[in-house]
Amino acid sequence: MDFSAINPILLLASLMVAATPILLAAVGELVVERAGVLNLGVEGMMITGAVCGFIVAVGTNSPWLGFIGAAVGGALLSLLFGFLTQFLLSNQVATGLALTLFGLGLSALMGQGYIGIKAPSFPDWNIPLLGDIPVIGPIVFQHDPMVYVGLLIVAGTWAFLKYARAGLILRAVGENHEAAHALGYHVVRVRMLAIMFGGACAGLGGAYLSLVRVPQWTEGMTAGAGWIALAIVVFASWRPWRLLLGAYLFGGVTVLQLNLQAAGFAIPVEYLSMSPYLATIAVLVIMRTGRAPGSLGQSFHASR
Amino acid sequence: MIMLEKRPQPSRFWVLATPALAVVLTMFFGGLLFLALGKNPFETIRTIFLDPLFSEFAWYYRPQLLIKGAPLVLIAIGLSFGFRAGIWNIGAEGQYIVGAICGAAVGLAFYPLESFIIFPLMILAGALGGMLWAMIPGILRVKFGTNEILVSLMLVYVAEQLLASMALGALRNPDGMGFPGSRNLAQYPSAANLELISGSGMHWGVVTALIVVIFAYVTLSRHIFGFHVRLSGQSPRAARFAGVNPGRLILICMGLSGALAGLAGLFEVAGPAGQVSIDFNVGYGFTAIIVAFLGRLHPVGILLAGALMALTYIGGEIAQSNLGLPLAAIQLMQGMLLFFLLAVDVLTNYRVRFATGAAA
Repeated sequence: MDFSAINPILLLASLMVAATPILLAAVGELVVERAGVLNLGVEGMMITGAVCGFIVAVGTNSPWLGFIGAAVGGALLSLLFGFLTQFLLSNQVATGLALTLFGLGLSALMGQGYIGIKAPSFPDWNIPLLGDIPVIGPIVFQHDPMVYVGLLIVAGTWAFLKYARAGLILRAVGENHEAAHALGYHVVRVRMLAIMFGGACAGLGGAYLSLVRVPQWTEGMTAGAGWIALAIVVFASWRPWRLLLGAYLFGGVTVLQLNLQAAGFAIPVEYLSMSPYLATIAVLVIMRTGRAPGSLGQSFHASR
Repeated sequence: MIMLEKRPQPSRFWVLATPALAVVLTMFFGGLLFLALGKNPFETIRTIFLDPLFSEFAWYYRPQLLIKGAPLVLIAIGLSFGFRAGIWNIGAEGQYIVGAICGAAVGLAFYPLESFIIFPLMILAGALGGMLWAMIPGILRVKFGTNEILVSLMLVYVAEQLLASMALGALRNPDGMGFPGSRNLAQYPSAANLELISGSGMHWGVVTALIVVIFAYVTLSRHIFGFHVRLSGQSPRAARFAGVNPGRLILICMGLSGALAGLAGLFEVAGPAGQVSIDFNVGYGFTAIIVAFLGRLHPVGILLAGALMALTYIGGEIAQSNLGLPLAAIQLMQGMLLFFLLAVDVLTNYRVRFATGAAA
């Protein structure tokens, strides 16, 4: 066992990378749940995004186009969920599960010819000046662009929910859809838009796995990341800034256990691999979460 | 314009007709999918749904129907109780794994002793293991208000790692020359879950599944517990007034589904699979969710749905080897089936009205 092999600066730097896919998927789901919809299909949308992004990126040789493709793929798949839950009023829990099962099958089928291929690489940005700061520079300012895009989306979501009129409407729809409907807001339209945003973000998170973090396509590669994203939304009490804390905490556990595996720590590999999931459960238990949006998970049917 | 009008009561006709309609829709769109993959849709559909029953090799496939169907039915019956009461245990896959590990561990502990008591002890250990694994999300939900959906699912990934660790470590065959995987239980007579009638596919798991279906039917329709389960799902508030203790109901439903999933795992590991290996679990725990909904959470419906889903598994394997259909296409079709089922379910609770602009 050799702890000196673990470099704390590299550890913290890879923490941000490990947290990004979860953060992206979680911020999308946060908006969906603030609109009063519980979409348990994050895992399915993520893996579909991962394969769509990979196919587009390999086809066009551009990781940027890959991410756009992933967002479109995730959003299209989420439309299916939206149509079923908003127009056909199906049970949201069951439909979300169906979306996950469907997404896992769909992605495996789409990705058949792409196993073992390498994705076009995404160069790390070395932000001038900021990236040269000792210690902090390599940790915070020397990543690929998507890490910062993720942070921007979180900041944008926070500002949108807090300051924008549309954000207020979205929250109203999530808190009490009957009241929002009575005030003349289009509950179903708002929710469909939120669901599509959630799908696009989950797609981005999935593509981050297949294009940057791994970067390859393998079946079932999300390995529960979508479910962890759902847990982090609960952990964050539906507040964007606390998502960062949850995602980085999770990223930290993941990176630490991978480093311990590499260092040949005395605990068997399988038990170290369990730790991110156990940590997620522990966090769910310990954290006293805030109040969920009032209409979360309920179907809305405007009866005249 | 198309309007939906809520029915005062769910339509009895559509309750029964929606699963059939969903299957027909899935066959149609599945056919389009196969066409897109460059296969003959009619031949593929026939291979999946009819060949396991009526082809010249059906004598081999029919027993498989029982072997694949039994775990699905066992797990789905357990899940249906919770789903009816609004308790979402979606980690049956993990409980299935832990049940298999516990049951196999008991059997292997006695090796090479021969005794009639070993198999019953293994059954007990399997059910207990699955139950305890399911109790974790149950207790956390009752004590700390933790979401049981997320916890039970996280525990699937934990169980998969545990399985790998057991196959490579504690339960590895000492005479296996270092290969992963335990001793083969099917070759250890006291612990083997063998066919009761040779060539029929009928093993103890199938018998248990049939008994459980009957028990579930009686419990749901005649017993006070079944009434409480149904009441809690339809109106949690009314259930409180009827004296239902929500915490206790959660624990019972979670424990029951876990025990049945654990049993399914034990019967699989002692019979068809034979050993604890890294790739022991094949997703029965997740497919059982589809089975539960397709069977409309009703025991008899689940029995039929389990048979149908087992058919697609076997037919899928035939189509894979004979027609080169990718396995993922079958997985996709199973997901599609659940989607269509949830979609057409709107007809059960709502009436479709075509209103003109002026009338609306």
